[in-house]
Amino acid sequence: MEWVNIIIQGVLIGGLYAMFAAGLALIFGVMRLVNIAHGDLIVLAAYIALMTTDTLGLNPLLAIVVVVPIMAAIGYGLQRGLLNRTLGDDVLPPLLVTFGLSVIIQNALLELFTADSRRLKAGAIEVASFQIGEGIWIGVLPLLQFVVAISVIAGLQLLFYRTALGRAFRATSDDQSVAQLMGLDNRHIFALAMALSLAVVAVAGVFLAVRTNFDPAIGPARLIFGFEAVIIGGLGSMWGTLAGGIILGVSQAIGAQINPGWQLLAGHLAFLVILAVRPEGLFPKVQG
Amino acid sequence: MSAAFHVEHASRSSRIGLAGFAIALVGLAAAPAWGGRDDLRLLSEIYAYVALASLWNLLAGYAGLVSVGQQAYVGLGAYVLFGATILFGMPPLVAVPVAGVIAAVISLPVAGLMFRLRGHYFAIGTWVVAEVFRLLSSQISALGGGSGISLPAGIVTAMAPSRQMREFLIYWVALALVVVVLAAIVLLLRSRYGLALTAIRDNELAARSNGIDVTRTKLVVYVLTAFGTAMVGALIFLQKLRISPDTAFSVNDWTAFVIFITVIGGIGRVEGPIIGTVVFFLLRQTLADLGSLYLLMLGAVAIAVMLFAPKGIWGLLVERFGWQLLPLERRLRLTADPRTN
Repeated sequence: MEWVNIIIQGVLIGGLYAMFAAGLALIFGVMRLVNIAHGDLIVLAAYIALMTTDTLGLNPLLAIVVVVPIMAAIGYGLQRGLLNRTLGDDVLPPLLVTFGLSVIIQNALLELFTADSRRLKAGAIEVASFQIGEGIWIGVLPLLQFVVAISVIAGLQLLFYRTALGRAFRATSDDQSVAQLMGLDNRHIFALAMALSLAVVAVAGVFLAVRTNFDPAIGPARLIFGFEAVIIGGLGSMWGTLAGGIILGVSQAIGAQINPGWQLLAGHLAFLVILAVRPEGLFPKVQG
Repeated sequence: MSAAFHVEHASRSSRIGLAGFAIALVGLAAAPAWGGRDDLRLLSEIYAYVALASLWNLLAGYAGLVSVGQQAYVGLGAYVLFGATILFGMPPLVAVPVAGVIAAVISLPVAGLMFRLRGHYFAIGTWVVAEVFRLLSSQISALGGGSGISLPAGIVTAMAPSRQMREFLIYWVALALVVVVLAAIVLLLRSRYGLALTAIRDNELAARSNGIDVTRTKLVVYVLTAFGTAMVGALIFLQKLRISPDTAFSVNDWTAFVIFITVIGGIGRVEGPIIGTVVFFLLRQTLADLGSLYLLMLGAVAIAVMLFAPKGIWGLLVERFGWQLLPLERRLRLTADPRTN
């Protein structure tokens, strides 16, 4: 029974990792950009949520309504103003610029908010839980987070395959020059993709802030979790990121049960094993 | 009627450059005679960064392997040094090359895994490797686990009886190491591998179509870089005398600074990291009080350089004046064939 419980908790935290991964997979799919600052942007979203709840007195989960448009606007501006200039055949500029951005965001947060770890208080929902079997309890908040993760991924999937914007995303992903010939403005499409990616980041950031303590330095580890979920799931597949996130979450939960020091290590090892035996991931879709 | 030719590497400016390096080397080797303890410490630190940045430049600037996880090998080298000296009683200066060899051996399977990740994802993959090394090192309770350990006094005093002699010794080893690293990079770039690497840097597809085994060349560079980086790491922590997983595998100290130095100085050129290190230390000596703001500014400058002068400070100087400090260019000189004369 204990193990069933551990695996359920792992699956639920996997939803959060899937949200980290979905934003990353989205922009890689559309413009082959890997955003090294992704994790730091998640932390930035958490701090914006903190400021929103502090100043407006909103419930943290309602703060999502404020944080999502702010992050989306930051994403659009970032892509239009900075990242579009780095795209091209050379992998160096986007990597180095987003790496620099990561260092800048971390240190700016450190200057503004100090290194103290913070947390969003969501009230009674934080500890609410219900029993589904003997000795198996499910927290309302982790479950809500998991349901939101599934909705976000389902939403992205719908958007990609059922809307005009999704068609534009897929067209630019397939062939940038032809998409441009067909009248699409790639710079605008890329900026929309980044806005959407950071909107997902915003949701993930708020849930991160409610569930765990955070400080300016934890961004890179979130980037790594998201990245591992993407690779485990397989490049280019949205539902794959959910599977990847769940595998990562369960591995970490099992590792932590064996030895507390092994929690993160077990997740990394799961990633390395998948990379060794199935480098294309579990559910690959497009060739990167 | 065949014209004979030979390849010339040196030019007038590279002869001046080499002479300058030789004079500087003599002056720096004599530093214990003219400098105080603080000067020696600062100079050793500068050597370490020149070496780390030059190695990263070889990896990212020439082989196109943009790693943000080289702290994996800095920390690995440092931990091998502490492990070999504390647990097996190896003399520290013997442990430095041993650290390099062990890192090179470990880097082979790591490369096998990481090379499966294409382009951009390779970068984050190397970061995962560094995290795995960090987490594993914090599990070694014989080396202090997560909180780290100091090098026992007995090991330190066995190097040389007096403190001054020890400091001189480590200083000279640090200087020797950076000279060896730079010389090895220059020789590598002048060899066939260097021609292949320069071709890969300029256009990977064209290099491949000219018969260069790109993967093999990249593997050679990855392993050599791990070898050098681990030796530098071992020496850095021999000087610090204390190690912990967080300092040994610090992404800020061993990767962020190194990347910024290389980008600002000029990526893809051997002189770039040297110029970048000088700029970095000049800025640090004047702006160090700013703390995290300093790192923030450095990141902003590196982004600006990447966008507006992607070849860095040295690249700008080369374009303007055609300088080269090291005999690295290849110029064909036709000479009359002796048989036809």
